[in-house]
Amino acid sequence: MILLKNATAVNADGMTETDILVNNGVIERLEKNIDAPEAEVVDCEGKLVFPGFIDMHCHLRDPGQTHKEDIATGARAALRGGYTAVCCMPNTVPPVDNPAIVTYICDKARAADAAAVYPIGAITRGQAGKELCEFGKMKAAGAIAVSDDGKPVEKGAVMLNALKYAKTFGIPLISHSEDKTISADGVVNEGENATVAGLKAIPKAAESAAVARDVLLAEEADARIHIAHVSTARSVEIIRGAKAIGVKVTCETCPHYFAATDDEILSYNTNAKINPPLRDESDVAAVIAGIADGTIDVIATDHAPHARDEKNVEFDYAPFGSVGLETAFAVAYTHLVLTDTIKLTDLCRLMSTRPAEILGLDGGIIAVGARADLAVIDPDDEYTVDANSFASKSKNCVFDGWRLKGRVVRVFVGGEEKSF
Amino acid sequence: MKRKDILAIKDLSKAELNEILTEAEYMREHIDRRERLTALTGRNVATLFYENSTRTRNSFELAAKRLGAATTSISVATSSVQKGESLIDTGKTLDALGTDVIIIRHSIAGAPRLLAENVSASVINAGDGLDEHPSQALLDVLTAKRHFGALDGLKVVIVGDIRHSRVARSDVLAFTKLGASVTLCAPYTLLPAAIERMGAKVEPDLDKAITDADIVMPLRVQKERMTQAYFSTVSEYNEYYGITEKRLERTASDSIVMHPAPINRGAEIDGEVADGLKSVIEEQVTNGVAVRMAMLKLLTESRA
Repeated sequence: MILLKNATAVNADGMTETDILVNNGVIERLEKNIDAPEAEVVDCEGKLVFPGFIDMHCHLRDPGQTHKEDIATGARAALRGGYTAVCCMPNTVPPVDNPAIVTYICDKARAADAAAVYPIGAITRGQAGKELCEFGKMKAAGAIAVSDDGKPVEKGAVMLNALKYAKTFGIPLISHSEDKTISADGVVNEGENATVAGLKAIPKAAESAAVARDVLLAEEADARIHIAHVSTARSVEIIRGAKAIGVKVTCETCPHYFAATDDEILSYNTNAKINPPLRDESDVAAVIAGIADGTIDVIATDHAPHARDEKNVEFDYAPFGSVGLETAFAVAYTHLVLTDTIKLTDLCRLMSTRPAEILGLDGGIIAVGARADLAVIDPDDEYTVDANSFASKSKNCVFDGWRLKGRVVRVFVGGEEKSF
Repeated sequence: MKRKDILAIKDLSKAELNEILTEAEYMREHIDRRERLTALTGRNVATLFYENSTRTRNSFELAAKRLGAATTSISVATSSVQKGESLIDTGKTLDALGTDVIIIRHSIAGAPRLLAENVSASVINAGDGLDEHPSQALLDVLTAKRHFGALDGLKVVIVGDIRHSRVARSDVLAFTKLGASVTLCAPYTLLPAAIERMGAKVEPDLDKAITDADIVMPLRVQKERMTQAYFSTVSEYNEYYGITEKRLERTASDSIVMHPAPINRGAEIDGEVADGLKSVIEEQVTNGVAVRMAMLKLLTESRA
């Protein structure tokens, strides 16, 4: 039994000054001045308590690339970021394209005893874009969603059937929307900075055109679709328009798409080499507007760990991606809440409530009877990000050295405090 | 010169450009008098080329030898680079061998910077990806300066595959820093995004672009760009973007034609232009050695 005293509890629909009594893994009481002599007391004066964050999109590299990350280190890094649940993408080696690998991840996650880890199964076998995976069996084994993330489902006909097949089993489909014939061998956003740096460019339409195709296919299939890592102004507009006409589309963006621009690549910093690429100020403004008006449902990390030697090479040779689990909250808090773009309640919706709703997970709310997944935040702690101190095996963070505010101080998963 | 490396025109101030040009003029005089110098005696200069190039490499090696340096050349085909050694490890090996200057060419933009950050040797960029080719831009401005006396107010027109040209990027930066204006002319497929933000004008119609030009610089047209749908046929390219004697009538009376070479006669430049009175292509080659001598001398002077 744990008693969080004098907390400011943040929900998507409002904030309350309250005590929180946790018992048997759930929130038992939620009121001021709770007296529970048998409970271990945690003073939360001046702290914010959020329903534990849920990351719909991370890469834990297990199986196959455990020199970058594994389920245990990833789940520990998640706790550092206030995440009580994370969903790992299937582009491992081999990919998570069958129930046995889903089970493998679930077993390792249980043993890790940190944040909950929910595997995402592949859409197509070998992520090759041809034959569908066993959505039913993978879901039964514990898969929370399906996605070919890392790659788009290239053929429209396969995507259309995947959407219908996912609808059959009631499993969310997360789309990495990208037209590879347009992005080709590009490494950074097309624009002034790519031209100045002389790096090969990815036109924005590589994403936006694919987003348009995929929402139209979802409409055709009358199925839900969740668009991953939205980064362009036009993608936001397309999704806004699709929602307005009733397409069952949800979407996410990532901290680097609203807090950073492609100015980061001018120094050839390979940690800023991310797919989709960091965009320019007009896209950042549109993504922020999409977050503010609810077009963008979720902030996910796209945590993409890579080893030092893999990133410390020529720009084109470096793999795409930045780690993000341990910085996402502070980046969002510093760059969205402290700038008065959104409220704390919105941040709760973006990082906890909507992910839980979209994935059909228990959580995302602080309420009597709800699962006690909680993140305690010190909103006043200001610090410089030091990637070398991360719990993640990899330190390739685009936010390394940034000045941020807001630190996760305690995390409870299913009512148990987890050390990190 | 108070810098360890020369990686890009974008890093250099106007004063630094002029410092190199002044030194290069002096070097050019030595070349014309067929004199050898000793400024780099006892120094080791290595060329590290990850892309094929005979002329740039030869020019740098000749420049180093004219200054009395020992030269080593490492090319991808004959070194441990083929065995998968990383750029940084190769650089550290060159450091350990006592190399003073590494001249690197690489197909990836930013590679010279990565090398420079990881070695104590001075690094000169001899061309990286679509980024820059600073020694080429310096030899171009030197050639222009020797012809016109000053660059202020000159109109430079660069024609062709700007998109895939590091020469064009470095030239835009160098010429505009020194007071000239640069107009880029190409079909839109061969223009990179937002290039005008680097200080150039864009005019896709060649006849308009070259009117009153002082310097016309066609870029080599790569045939493989046809199969990648950047343009249609060489014949159409030549008709709309080829530099011909007829077209040059629109330019200033004392205009010159430069080309970074190798040239494609009948594609981006007609033979009679390449061999004509306005052509300074061979002058550029000689000035290339002078500029590279100047770069080597200025960088090694400040080394311990």
